[in-house]
Amino acid sequence: MSEGLTAEQEMIRDAARTFAQEIVAPRAAEIDRTHDFPADLVRRAAQLDLMGIIVPEEYGGTALGHLAFAVYVEEVAAVSGALAVILDVHSSVGTEPIVDWGSDEQKRRYLPRLAAGEMLGAFALTEPESGSDAASLQTTAERVGDRYVLNGTKTFITNVGVADLYIVMARTGGPGARGISAFLVEKGMKGLGFGQPMHKMGLHGSPTGEILLDDVEVPEENRLGPEGAGFKVAMKALDSGRIGISAQAVGLARGALDLAVEYAKQRVQFGQPIIQFEGIQFMIADMATAVDAARLMTWDAAAACDAAEPFTLLASMAKLFATDTAMTVTTDAVQIFGGYGYIKEFPVERFMRDAKATQIYEGTNQIQRIVIARELLRGD
Amino acid sequence: MNIVVCVKQVPETTAPKEFGPDNRINRAAHEAVVNPFDEYAIEAGLQLKEKHGGEVTILTMGPSGAQDTMRKALAMGADRGLLVSDPALEGSDTWTTAYVLAQALRREEYDLILTGMESTDARTGLVPAALAEQLGLPSLTYASSVEVEDGNVSVRRQVTGGYEEVRGPTPALVSVVKGVNEPRYPSLKGIMAAKRKEITVLDLAQLEIQPDEVGAAGAKTKVLDVTPRPEKQAGQVISPDSPEEAARIIADFLQVNKFI
Repeated sequence: MSEGLTAEQEMIRDAARTFAQEIVAPRAAEIDRTHDFPADLVRRAAQLDLMGIIVPEEYGGTALGHLAFAVYVEEVAAVSGALAVILDVHSSVGTEPIVDWGSDEQKRRYLPRLAAGEMLGAFALTEPESGSDAASLQTTAERVGDRYVLNGTKTFITNVGVADLYIVMARTGGPGARGISAFLVEKGMKGLGFGQPMHKMGLHGSPTGEILLDDVEVPEENRLGPEGAGFKVAMKALDSGRIGISAQAVGLARGALDLAVEYAKQRVQFGQPIIQFEGIQFMIADMATAVDAARLMTWDAAAACDAAEPFTLLASMAKLFATDTAMTVTTDAVQIFGGYGYIKEFPVERFMRDAKATQIYEGTNQIQRIVIARELLRGD
Repeated sequence: MNIVVCVKQVPETTAPKEFGPDNRINRAAHEAVVNPFDEYAIEAGLQLKEKHGGEVTILTMGPSGAQDTMRKALAMGADRGLLVSDPALEGSDTWTTAYVLAQALRREEYDLILTGMESTDARTGLVPAALAEQLGLPSLTYASSVEVEDGNVSVRRQVTGGYEEVRGPTPALVSVVKGVNEPRYPSLKGIMAAKRKEITVLDLAQLEIQPDEVGAAGAKTKVLDVTPRPEKQAGQVISPDSPEEAARIIADFLQVNKFI
């Protein structure tokens, strides 16, 4: 699976794998059980410089690119889907828009702290009445002198409450996509509140919930990109964000596959390990094939992104295929574990619960098909 | 303060070992890693450098491929590498290894040599003391803590019922035990910086060593036979009626077998 990786990317994979296997894995089941945000593991990731992987070196990051990022997220997701999404959202949609759109002053102010993990990032687009139809969002940003006053409710926000910086999309103009602007909203700004973390099916420990904006005054210098560019900021962020989610899905699928193969070698029925049965062999063969294909699609999208080539189509296809693969493979892993797969004393059901979210967030897989079809219809 | 850490490349630790016809480990059959015991020595060196300043050098005797494992030590934060590599070194035993390392160290200026307590492949634990002997240095082995102050190095050494404190003047050699610290993981910046760090490769001629002094020719020991560890015997299941009975059966077992 290391084909196509540079020596440097292989060393990053080894470092991320060591972090995942030795530091994260022993904690993963407990995080799922307690729903506690793993602040200590986020700190450890920061010490290893994993949180600034997209940030330019001049701002304290390592600028290793999206392929290295995908490699790292997969390793974490192979043991903990929850920590993977915490770290993924921080680096991709929570930080990358500042790299892409930030003024020098915004970059200087925020990127070094985001890269060092002193600040955790988050991204706030979705609203209760505005999910897939993001351009219909209702949160307002009214200009008053040299500031904007934000009002509205955001929901399904990853890293809610624990993040220090929120990239918030709000309406500064008329209806539709062109009336939206992006803002850098810091935790602690007056009027910014958080709802209780939602009780999710999976990804426990990664807090998800509402952001309440009640007359939050945001200085003009915290507007990210030009006024009216907010929808573009968001879509660009989600484009590359999908590479991270694909990598998370590949990791979840791989983690479940490895567990299933290990179990099938040890579980004896009818006098032999069940892996000797063709029925099981065909399952794991299909699972392994799908995981490999999903990884290659993810890396292909990442490589295109790193080469500054168009990658919207590739990222959407990777997201669609990798997250569907995660769902199928984790479900089959539960099947191979049989009754033991269905109980929480064994880890595979966690992977299955975590995998479901990947088909929904950062654009549902139905939206991915629309993006893919539109890219094909554009025909340029 | 300049510190040299001796680091060995060993076959991946948990894999079952394969042996060649000469009773030596077939190193090509296994992934190569930094000797896990040496990671503690590297960490000890880095901590002393953080406290006292100076430079940490990694010294390895091994094949040219050992540069890959040396990069890990450099990624942890060591400053430079010295690799002694020569085909004639193949088959070296502990004595010749210590001799080669000593010759390399005679060209260096250092205050402290750090080593792991042993390597996970041969596990003799002989090289540190042999190296100190050849260099005529104080040898402070099996240290569970290391402090340097005013030209002296002090270590603690675990013994039954307590610990010894041992002190000697620098330059000195210290071998550290597992648990002396928690070796750091290389950070991404460390990995990137390691690519640019220098590893100097030295051959025997540069160290003024004759080929017949080292390798299998110069070795003072020979491995006569290799026997796999006996298979683990099946355990014995006891079914006591009460915790007291369980305790009595276990205590009897331990006593009969002279474990207590």
